[in-house]
Amino acid sequence: MATATATAAVVRTEARLFGRELGALFWTVLFPTALVAVLGSIPSFSDPVAGTGGLRTIDLYVSVAVLMSMSMAAVMAMPAAVFAYREAGVLRRLRTTPVGPGAVLLAQALLHAAAVIGASALVLTIGRVAYDTPLPESPVGYLMAYALALVATFSVGAVITSLVPNSRIGTAVGTIVFFPMLFTAGVWLPVQVMPDVLREIVVVTPLGAASEALAEAMAGDFPDLRHLVVVAVWAVVLWLVSVRTFRWE
Amino acid sequence: MGSAAVVVDDLRKRYGDKVAVDGISLRVEEGEIFGILGPNGAGKTTTVECVAGLRIGDEGSVRVHGLDPWTDRPALTRILGIQLQESRLQAKITVREALELWTALYDDPVAWPDLAERLGLTELLPQRYAKLSGGQQQRLSIALALVGRPRVVVLDELSTGLDPRARRDVWQLVRDVRAAGTTVLLVTHAMEEAQQLCDRIAIVDRGRIRALDTPTGLVDAAGPATTTTFRPSAPTDLEALRELPGVVSVHADDGRVVVTGADDTVLRLLPVLERQHVVPQSLRVEAGSLDTAYLDLTADPIEETV
Repeated sequence: MATATATAAVVRTEARLFGRELGALFWTVLFPTALVAVLGSIPSFSDPVAGTGGLRTIDLYVSVAVLMSMSMAAVMAMPAAVFAYREAGVLRRLRTTPVGPGAVLLAQALLHAAAVIGASALVLTIGRVAYDTPLPESPVGYLMAYALALVATFSVGAVITSLVPNSRIGTAVGTIVFFPMLFTAGVWLPVQVMPDVLREIVVVTPLGAASEALAEAMAGDFPDLRHLVVVAVWAVVLWLVSVRTFRWE
Repeated sequence: MGSAAVVVDDLRKRYGDKVAVDGISLRVEEGEIFGILGPNGAGKTTTVECVAGLRIGDEGSVRVHGLDPWTDRPALTRILGIQLQESRLQAKITVREALELWTALYDDPVAWPDLAERLGLTELLPQRYAKLSGGQQQRLSIALALVGRPRVVVLDELSTGLDPRARRDVWQLVRDVRAAGTTVLLVTHAMEEAQQLCDRIAIVDRGRIRALDTPTGLVDAAGPATTTTFRPSAPTDLEALRELPGVVSVHADDGRVVVTGADDTVLRLLPVLERQHVVPQSLRVEAGSLDTAYLDLTADPIEETV
């Protein structure tokens, strides 16, 4: 039926509109790269970290920056875009058309995910070129862990858009959720060097498990299945919650 | 009777304690322009939102060309276009992009440049939605409701924010759309709009249909032969006017006093005003109108003095 072409038209239009949001694009796409560039220029970050098998701090932070941009896009930028549409009545307006508002949500998730992927590629490239950070030794494992992490973070974002009534509360909730996500992703203290007890807890959170899986893939091992399963389970559960509770108005 | 485009049967809808729609039944024939007229909060918008499947009634049923909007929205969206109150588009979408997008959503759209021309949007095509005035947004909203060549179109407060000229253009567009076979469900609180456009009008107040007839039928049924309006030069005791023989209703409306009643009402009215030392400015005496019918049927005591 024409629904597929209609959905494509929505995604195309949303892509154009997304390109007009320069502020959001900066934070999602350029900020992680800027972060790595700044951190990489700190001399002590080039020293190997004990207990990581010779990785330097900057090497660990490449994965951290990747997860950070992913989290930012998924729990702050994407929900904000959906709240704006909901409050303006855009979703309501689209409910009266054959394509339905789901197309807009899909478009927003796809576009933010695409921006994240672009940001990640940029971080890996800049890290490699400027600071000689390693590229993933297990590309397949990395892509798999990466894809799961992407789905998990966006599922968290989807739950926020579903459960939070308006953008004012949404911004607050996004921020509140964002920092634990960053912590579990290892932004302040890389997961790989966390004390054992803390690490055991963190690796069952979506971002903690994703962070471990990405680090393992960086180091050349195929990620521990346990971590991949944790991320996948989170993604499924959160996604279901979001779909069941989403409100159009 | 022809075939029904919209059938509403004993629709009821409440929000918490508040009853919005209290048993509305109506049947809109194919190719008809059907008006739902009533004051704010009468249940007009809730009724059409139930017709469009945006809300589900608590009781009763709705059919649009045989489809149940509450269970079969995907099919309904292909045959029903709607212009909603309180819904906006993406702030940074341009008029052209919106028209192109909506065109892509339907199987057999009309050519949007024609619609844009008719609605005076051609110059505005590169403008972003957020930069449009209220009236311009309204015209775009009407275009989007019509671009899918719907069999039924719901227009909710069609002419809000439009200047008189744009209003005339939009009215003509509605007539032309109907001439091309589309059924129009028009929600309005503007008497002139209803009288100009509608084949039949349902007057709705407090969740119920108070009268349903052609505009002429409503006027005839309303009874009072004349409507006398004036702008009082000083506060007027409306109660004294109400007690006059032959007077049917007296109310104040936007600084004017409107008196309806028998043919000799005006003769009895003037001496009373003189005794109250009130000069009736801009005095008009008219034969019964839709206003009379409307005000009789939606009567709510308004202020006692002006």
